Amino acid sequence: MSLAEGTRPRHIPDRLSGRMGHALRSWELLLLLVGVAIFVANSLLSPYFLSPWNLSDATFNFTEKAMIAFAVAMLIIAGEIDLSVAAIIALASTLMGLALQHGAGTPVLVGVGLLTGLLCGLVNGTLVTRLGLPSIVATIGTMSLYRGISYIVLGDEAFNGYPASFALFGQGYAWWVISWELVIFAVLAVAFGVLLHRTNFGRQVYVIGNNDTAAAFSGVRVQRVKMILFLLTGLMSGVAAVCLTSRLGSTRPSIAQGWELEIVTMVVLGGVSILGGSGSILGVVLAALVMGMVTFGLGLLNVPGIVMSVFIGALLIGVIAIPRLIRLARTGRAA
Amino acid sequence: MNDQSLARAAVLRPPAAGPNPVLRLSGIGKSFPGVRALQDVELALYPGQVTALIGENGAGKSTLVKILTGIYQPDAGRIELDGAPVRFPTALSATQAGVTAIHQETVLFDDLTVVENIFLGHQPRNRFGLLDWGRMTREAKAILDRIGARIDPHVTLRELGIASKHLVAIARALSVEARVVVMDEPTAALSQTEIEELYELVDRLKADGKAILFISHKFDEIFRIADRYTVFRDGQMVEAGLIADVTEDHLVERMVGRSVDTIFPKRHAAIGPEVLAVEGYSHPTEFEDISFTLRRGEILGFYGLVGAGRSEFMQALFGVTKPSRGTVRIGRQAVAIRSPAEAIGHGIVYVPEDRGKQGAIRPLPIVQNVTLPSLGRTSRKGFLRMAEEFALARRYTERLDLRASALDQPVGNLSGGNQQKVVIAKWLATQPRVIILDEPTKGIDVGSKAAVHEFMSELAAEGLSVIMVSSEIPEILGMSDRVIVMREGRLAAEFPREGLTPEMLVRAAAGYGRAA
Repeated sequence: MSLAEGTRPRHIPDRLSGRMGHALRSWELLLLLVGVAIFVANSLLSPYFLSPWNLSDATFNFTEKAMIAFAVAMLIIAGEIDLSVAAIIALASTLMGLALQHGAGTPVLVGVGLLTGLLCGLVNGTLVTRLGLPSIVATIGTMSLYRGISYIVLGDEAFNGYPASFALFGQGYAWWVISWELVIFAVLAVAFGVLLHRTNFGRQVYVIGNNDTAAAFSGVRVQRVKMILFLLTGLMSGVAAVCLTSRLGSTRPSIAQGWELEIVTMVVLGGVSILGGSGSILGVVLAALVMGMVTFGLGLLNVPGIVMSVFIGALLIGVIAIPRLIRLARTGRAA
Repeated sequence: MNDQSLARAAVLRPPAAGPNPVLRLSGIGKSFPGVRALQDVELALYPGQVTALIGENGAGKSTLVKILTGIYQPDAGRIELDGAPVRFPTALSATQAGVTAIHQETVLFDDLTVVENIFLGHQPRNRFGLLDWGRMTREAKAILDRIGARIDPHVTLRELGIASKHLVAIARALSVEARVVVMDEPTAALSQTEIEELYELVDRLKADGKAILFISHKFDEIFRIADRYTVFRDGQMVEAGLIADVTEDHLVERMVGRSVDTIFPKRHAAIGPEVLAVEGYSHPTEFEDISFTLRRGEILGFYGLVGAGRSEFMQALFGVTKPSRGTVRIGRQAVAIRSPAEAIGHGIVYVPEDRGKQGAIRPLPIVQNVTLPSLGRTSRKGFLRMAEEFALARRYTERLDLRASALDQPVGNLSGGNQQKVVIAKWLATQPRVIILDEPTKGIDVGSKAAVHEFMSELAAEGLSVIMVSSEIPEILGMSDRVIVMREGRLAAEFPREGLTPEMLVRAAAGYGRAA
């Protein structure tokens, strides 16, 4: 034993050299290349694509979804999921509409939207962390529940007539072509990036996703961390509900229908392992940009919505399958 | 060596007059990375006879069972069935050859019915190729009747107690026309009356001409039902013979019979004042009325058989599970430990036995594993400071002589011994007062083992109090200042270091010679 020889213990370096090689093989770089390719393809295919105002409009395709996707990414990294996010938008928007009927002004409307999101997150988190339900089941249940309430309240009706000051969130511009929504998206991207990658809380999220038993045995309060993530996801759904309601200027119970799967697609495309434990906010940001550009580019080419979903599906499978196919070809056998 | 030649002599002793063995193993060897589990093992099983397999924890008994049942492949040696060489490449092939096992923890399916469990993998089919439920039910009933089990074949296993599950496992063994039945500590979870019923069943199997391999730590039951014995030690067969020819004392001696020959760097540590006092700790099912004290600089060994409740007690002390009763004092202060976070806060930390599941977070880098419980110290206002983390991780991993290429390497890439060093470093970095090490050297290579032992001594000398749960007698004898033996969830004995012999430990753990 080296200790017995009386020598100093051997030095262990912090990091191995060759980080560059690692970065070059990263998922984020792949996404960036795909994004650039789509950007170039779009600008070649449509003469309207490169106009600043068109590009600005394109951002609305992903900003609201991405806000939620950041929180959902953290949930998935921690090994849980929330499929009720789009239903939370519907419920929050509906309750904002009800508040509007009772004469609420913009600050109250925003408060109602955010609070509804938080409460929905609390319900989800309680079902999962206190009652121990699997999150995929619990949130499929609350997905029906939240949107169901919205349908009961509204039926075929819609809430209209939101005040002009409320339009700021979804229709206002901070500067030139930069919308307030894009600003909110950017601020949240940075905030979530810091939260996940630079704080103790974010570290605990990764630890839980990799091994929640060992996390608990290391003193991590696993259930509390998960509860916070559900609350955060609910809150982000509330923020998205404010932005979307403001942008549309009306509330229907079918608002944001099907978004939960687009959001999960965005997260997975962003390189977050659906099994938990790995992924980055940068990846989700890039995935949001890629998905937004694809949808918008196809829209400019007058491709119908149904065909668009075929494209998104193909993109998701393609981006995930290609690295595996390459590895398969290299090793010559199934992984 | 002397021991070896003795062993040879025993092997060569001609078998008593009787039938030829059904199953004979010769020269069986099996190695795992860093561990030689079995070496040159001989074993013969005779029809209508029970052979007891005796050995300490880790002597290689379970590995042998897995080879017999086709779960592991031996690296060397041969298996003969009725004198013809056979191989068991899969569990199914062993079953088809008529070798079945009833494991310590039943490997049955809780959500399937009794009938389904009995016939799983060899269901009779009708002429349409569909499952023949009528026949299965009839046969299941017949088999259950034959072994005197009053169990409804249509209930799911979840609804049955552990004793009934064992009966189902036995029925399953009979349903495949087993010729060799391996019973791996079948009485470990049974009550006294259930054990009596099991004995009767074993007698019935003997009368049917089955060859039975019976693994047990309990000498009373070995002498009650076994005809022959085979003693294992450190992966080798040391003796075999007829039970009628030997005494319990002789078997105990053969089981542990070796000097503590590994070097244990036990240093003299000044034993200080009491740091921890546990009083009447109890759990509804796992342990009862555990009381002891621990002093500064002391290494307190916890010995017992697997399943004696040692790990369960330690996990309660660490706040993972809740005790139903009992108090803990740290220093002079009574404390309540309701979660690992609270235990860590009070300076009690736990290095678990199940390293892969409870200890290391394998996909994450070494540095993140080490700093996890100390993040409060390495961070500022909740924000990570990587430089601090690397410094902390380096301080403790280098002290433990960790072999790794970089601190950002995933822990999963390290050897078992080095993973264990990472887990220990993680806890030392919290600067604990009491460190509980649960089987700290289980499954790790000899070099790392020595490093862990050396370090344990060093820590005690620095004033840390160590609780070491171990099933390895040499480790317990070599490292402990004091040893507590647990049996069936209770304290069975407490011994000082001086004058402690392996025999005393084995007897206290097995409950043999209590009066002495």
